[in-house]
Amino acid sequence: MRPGARPGLLADLPRLAVLSLGALVILAPYLWMLSASLKPGSEIFRDSLALLPERLYAVENYSKAFREVPLLRFLFNGAVVCGLILLLQLLFAVPCAYALAKLRWRGRETMFALVLGGLLIPAHVPALPLYAGLAAAGLLDTYAALVAPFVISVFGIFMFRQAFRALPDELIQAARIDGMGELGIVWRVVLPNAWPTATAFATFSVVAHWNDLFWPLVAVQSAELATPALGVLFFRAEEAGNDVGALMAASVVVTAPMVAFFLLAQRRFIQGVATAGLKG
Amino acid sequence: MPGITVEGIHKSFGATAVLKGISLTMAEGEFLALVGPSGCGKTTLLRIIAGLEAADAGSIRIAGRDVTRLRAADRDIAMVFQNYALYPHLTVAENLAVPLVMRRMNAWQRAPLLGRFAPGHTSQRAAITTRVRDAAEMLRIGHLLDRRPAQLSGGQRQRVALGRALVREPRAFLMDEPLSNLDAELRASTRREIVELHRQAGVTTVYVTHDQVEAMTMADRVAVMMGGELLQLGTPRAVYEQPADLRVAGFLGSPRINTLAVQATPGRLRLGALELPLAPQTDAGTALTLGLRPEALRLASPGSAAPGLPVRVEHLEYLGAELLVHARMANAEAALVARLPLAEAAGLAVGAATTLAADWGAALLFDAAGRRVGMALKQQAHV
Repeated sequence: MRPGARPGLLADLPRLAVLSLGALVILAPYLWMLSASLKPGSEIFRDSLALLPERLYAVENYSKAFREVPLLRFLFNGAVVCGLILLLQLLFAVPCAYALAKLRWRGRETMFALVLGGLLIPAHVPALPLYAGLAAAGLLDTYAALVAPFVISVFGIFMFRQAFRALPDELIQAARIDGMGELGIVWRVVLPNAWPTATAFATFSVVAHWNDLFWPLVAVQSAELATPALGVLFFRAEEAGNDVGALMAASVVVTAPMVAFFLLAQRRFIQGVATAGLKG
Repeated sequence: MPGITVEGIHKSFGATAVLKGISLTMAEGEFLALVGPSGCGKTTLLRIIAGLEAADAGSIRIAGRDVTRLRAADRDIAMVFQNYALYPHLTVAENLAVPLVMRRMNAWQRAPLLGRFAPGHTSQRAAITTRVRDAAEMLRIGHLLDRRPAQLSGGQRQRVALGRALVREPRAFLMDEPLSNLDAELRASTRREIVELHRQAGVTTVYVTHDQVEAMTMADRVAVMMGGELLQLGTPRAVYEQPADLRVAGFLGSPRINTLAVQATPGRLRLGALELPLAPQTDAGTALTLGLRPEALRLASPGSAAPGLPVRVEHLEYLGAELLVHARMANAEAALVARLPLAEAAGLAVGAATTLAADWGAALLFDAAGRRVGMALKQQAHV
């Protein structure tokens, strides 16, 4: 084949088929949720499968979801918690990653080995000591309890380090000669040139904490502080009973911001994951 | 006032000694070229002067001020990097403004969003914009101010990098092979432009290059480095005509200087069976190396009584105005290259036997260690 020539549709067909099948398998639960949120209860539990509702029941399901639980409050909590976590994660991870990638100091390799070690520890392992610590500090059932355990992300440090290593040293040296301090270099030169990585990390972080059920369940009791995932759980336990349509509607509302976020950041996200994976 | 003084700089990376005690002094406003083959330590020396690398021993003074322990930012220098190191996320105008913003505005004035409310912000910004425009006009990149580096050609990037160094009035310019990424034509024109910019600004400049043509054509003085040592420092003419070391003689000049193994006899120099009209100032019997530049060789005039170097022509290179004659000496097996004016060499053909006459006054003599040895020309027998 001529280099640069587009392969014909026919040649692409097997590849397309496999990819479509994979996408369908992964998307099926989400589509089913979307479909169920539009149906009345009687249709959801029918023994035949139909994606489109016979009787559109969307208004009833969605209005019930909003009426029965403070869905907007959950979304607001999610935004506050995820926003704070991301902000603080960047605040710590970016300078750490810069120091690991571009500065020369004794113990750097050991420190990086510790970061890699940190990647191996599942989030659930330190849950008990964290809980005990927060309880001792009287911080349980606050935003702080939801945010504090996640402000230092070893994954973020690792990802940014890989991206920063790809930046030419001369760029940083030029900035030094131009009179920038190290922190100035981090925020004014290094981070703006690792934007795809920052977007990818932001996506990982926001999605993970938006959807996190485990830690909010441990740290928070009051419904006013519930994050979206915890809120949906409350809804199922207290209000919905067997009104699956409304529950699905609530789930759609709760996941919608993430879908929008990913669609907006998609191109940069993929760029960022690709660069973080390839260079290092 | 001295421009830059470098004293006893040592630097090792692990077990490898990269710089072995470099000392040199530059006058203020001087243009010095640090030249040498790759790996000779010239870039490391430049980076130590810039403050990007710390020396193991020694000191650096810039404009009379000891900067050995100062950060790069506090040394008040500007540097042009080989790969230009422009900020990819900023426009050309913003790239040019960075050194000014960092030095003229305080942290409060620089702050994003809020900075514009800081006292003095507006007047500072205006002054910086004017300065950036002036510098851009001088380098003829005024029409590129809104572009980003990725949208520029190599030559344009190179100008922006020069501009970023020029906007400020630093105490010294440091340039690390700034022309090596340009094509030949652009390199030649930019060479001249940099010299003219230096003449206007009059700022002490250290220029690192591996290209002897750049070093010879641009610099007031040339520092030839090899293997972490400074072999010779002098005007282009001095290092070319009076090299202190065989390595200097070999590095400067293209084609390379011809070298012939010779023997010192009492009061004379012998090349194989041939007696040369030269008297070395060294003991008889020592093995020496004689250097003859290609332009010091001529075709012996027919019928000349003086004996020349009998050679066989092996290869001819036509250069337009000149002809390079690659020849081999019949008796000594030594190869010679002669640079001859075309008119003079009209009759030469590959394989032909001929005789080369030498301008013995321009010959250079070196001892076994490569150090220059003095000698006198004996008038009576001009070959």
